Amino acid sequence: MAIISQIVFAVLLLVFLVILTMRIRRIKSNIQLGRSGGPVGDKGKRWSNVILLAFGQKKMFKKIVPAVFHFFIYAGFILINIEVLEIILDGLLGTHRLFAPFLGGFYAILISFFELLAWLVIVACVIFLIRRNILKTPRFVKPEMKGWPALDANLILIIEIVLMAAILSMNAADQVLQDRGIGHYVLTGSFAFTSFLKPVFDGLAAGPLMLVERTAWWFHIIGIFAFAIYVTYSKHLHIFMSFPNTYYSRLTPQGQMDNMPEITNEVKIMLGMPVDGEASPPPEGMRFGAKDINDLTRKNLMDAYSCTECGRCTAECPANLTGKKLSPRKIIMDTRDRMEEVGYSIQKGGKGLEDGRSLLGDYITKEEINACTNCNACVEACPVGINPLDVILQLRRYVSMEESGSPAAWNAMFSNIETNFAPWKFSAQDRFAWADTLKNKT
Amino acid sequence: MSDIKVPTVAELAANGKSPDILFWVGCAGSYDDRYKKVTLAFVKILHEVGINFAVLGPEESCTGDPARRAGNEFLFQMQAMANIQTLNGYEIKKIVTACPHCFNTLKNEYPELGGNYDVIHHSEFLQQLIDDGRVKLKDGGTFRGKRITYHDSCFLGRANNVYEAPRKVLEALDVELVEMKRCGVNGLCCGAGGAQMFKDAEPGKKDINVERTEEALATGANTVAVACPFCMTMMSDGMKAKEKEEEVEVLDLAEMIVEAKGL
Ligand code: SF4
Ligand code: SF4
Repeated sequence: MAIISQIVFAVLLLVFLVILTMRIRRIKSNIQLGRSGGPVGDKGKRWSNVILLAFGQKKMFKKIVPAVFHFFIYAGFILINIEVLEIILDGLLGTHRLFAPFLGGFYAILISFFELLAWLVIVACVIFLIRRNILKTPRFVKPEMKGWPALDANLILIIEIVLMAAILSMNAADQVLQDRGIGHYVLTGSFAFTSFLKPVFDGLAAGPLMLVERTAWWFHIIGIFAFAIYVTYSKHLHIFMSFPNTYYSRLTPQGQMDNMPEITNEVKIMLGMPVDGEASPPPEGMRFGAKDINDLTRKNLMDAYSCTECGRCTAECPANLTGKKLSPRKIIMDTRDRMEEVGYSIQKGGKGLEDGRSLLGDYITKEEINACTNCNACVEACPVGINPLDVILQLRRYVSMEESGSPAAWNAMFSNIETNFAPWKFSAQDRFAWADTLKNKT
Repeated sequence: MSDIKVPTVAELAANGKSPDILFWVGCAGSYDDRYKKVTLAFVKILHEVGINFAVLGPEESCTGDPARRAGNEFLFQMQAMANIQTLNGYEIKKIVTACPHCFNTLKNEYPELGGNYDVIHHSEFLQQLIDDGRVKLKDGGTFRGKRITYHDSCFLGRANNVYEAPRKVLEALDVELVEMKRCGVNGLCCGAGGAQMFKDAEPGKKDINVERTEEALATGANTVAVACPFCMTMMSDGMKAKEKEEEVEVLDLAEMIVEAKGL
């Protein structure tokens, strides 16, 4: 009997690992649809970003209440994994609470601590469900959150509650079995945060009780496997992606736009200046700026997979605040949706990028990108180092340079700069006229 | 206003001289009627302190910032290269400007195109002059104890982490600084950045500058201090929209110093 359950477990684990690997590969190749960025540089600063932003959740703490509850879930997620390790080993080896004999009295303390975390996770998830569905915190009910994004967010919270409930019932039933000295149930000492649940299970005979304990055990571990796969389809992917994403976040001042070296060369040729290296024209089919996801950088695409859809960016966006269509969160969500669409099509042997659709136009409109004030509030707000502005600016470059499709007023501004060297229609000769009021200019 | 000299770099060069610092006036500082007053105020301070400065005068040209933010990278780089040729030709090392957009572009975006200068915003420059005791404000002057709020420019603040300098200047003026609900790193944009200055806003419920003006008014301040030509326009327009332009002044830091010192 025991050997059968070991085999079943091993097969499940294997299936899980295969699917997970496939998903990771899929995500990786989707990200690689983007342009590769330059050298990363300054590893020290990058690691400090990972430690402060991802591990330390520095930006989350700008809003203290959600930060504390989110921290419960985060700590719970990381630490309860130690218990998952024991569960996996037990499953493979046919043991029960493998670590208990090694850890002695400390085992009960450790498990009690995990139980405390499990309870805190439940509390936090319930509060988050209330915030989303009853209090309707404004940033959770914006148009881009309708449908799947809202369902996804609720599902995650509910799954987490259910998984935690399974672990707690498993422990409570286990303790009743221990008390009765049944079978292989190792004596661990009492667990602080489930022993009060014992009366719930006390009425059951040994058989049903063991069934409850085993069911909870299997449910918990299969649930975790399934959840891990689900996460790769969900906004919840930030639990992994926030780490590499904060590492790769740009270190330059937020105001600095990335240079386009391919244009520098052309401009130098036009001005008759010497060009560094080979003055080759830009490669065939190369686009200036971004129309679709393959024109964006891999970091932009990684951003899209890291987004938690929390809407902190949109809540700070001056354009969104005043009722414009632009929402930086939507820019990032659209990028992910388009990337998934293309990736899925490629996987199926379909047309991929050549499907006649594109990020600009089919997902993001000019009206949205034109409304951006480049204020960097979204970049500053994002807890996981995402830069929605960078995507907006690349789309604007495409519209301006490939389509000449900028708003008429901008085109007029461009020609003013070309002819008068100022964005307004003033004569270049008058540039120094401001000093005329001073008695003696020179 | 006696005999304030505004030499151009070309004139100095003709006499074999060079300025210690170039004052980059910017397009708004050169052409915008309201911001020309700020240019003059800053020049007065430079003159008063005896800084060896110069301007490019007719040789100055748009940095290219609005073109770049609107997506026209070609035009930006054309402007940038031309400016860099001029600046490098005169061997300019240090630049001060009263425009955060020029500041950001010159400081962060010109180096990659071959223009490396020590660039400083006028708020930082003014703070240094005050710290060094070269600008003395006895008891703060006319602004002493006045209720004043400071509006952060995005291109100074979040873009370049300059939050302290403008506030230090206000501190030296001995004002009662009242912060808006969203300030510093969380400051709300005036609505003009990213080339918005040069077109109408997209459809929405409200203008961004009105939203920001309401926040400024909520502080009960009778002066809004700014450090950017676009913020100046947006906040002044916001005051007009709220019919408060008679009660609440929108002033640049340099203008406040000039007024406080009676220059
Ligand atoms: S940079 Fe653009 S998208 Fe981001 S908050 Fe500012 S206006 Fe919104
Ligand atoms: S981009 Fe960042 S701030 Fe915006 S929704 Fe995604 S995770 Fe939240």
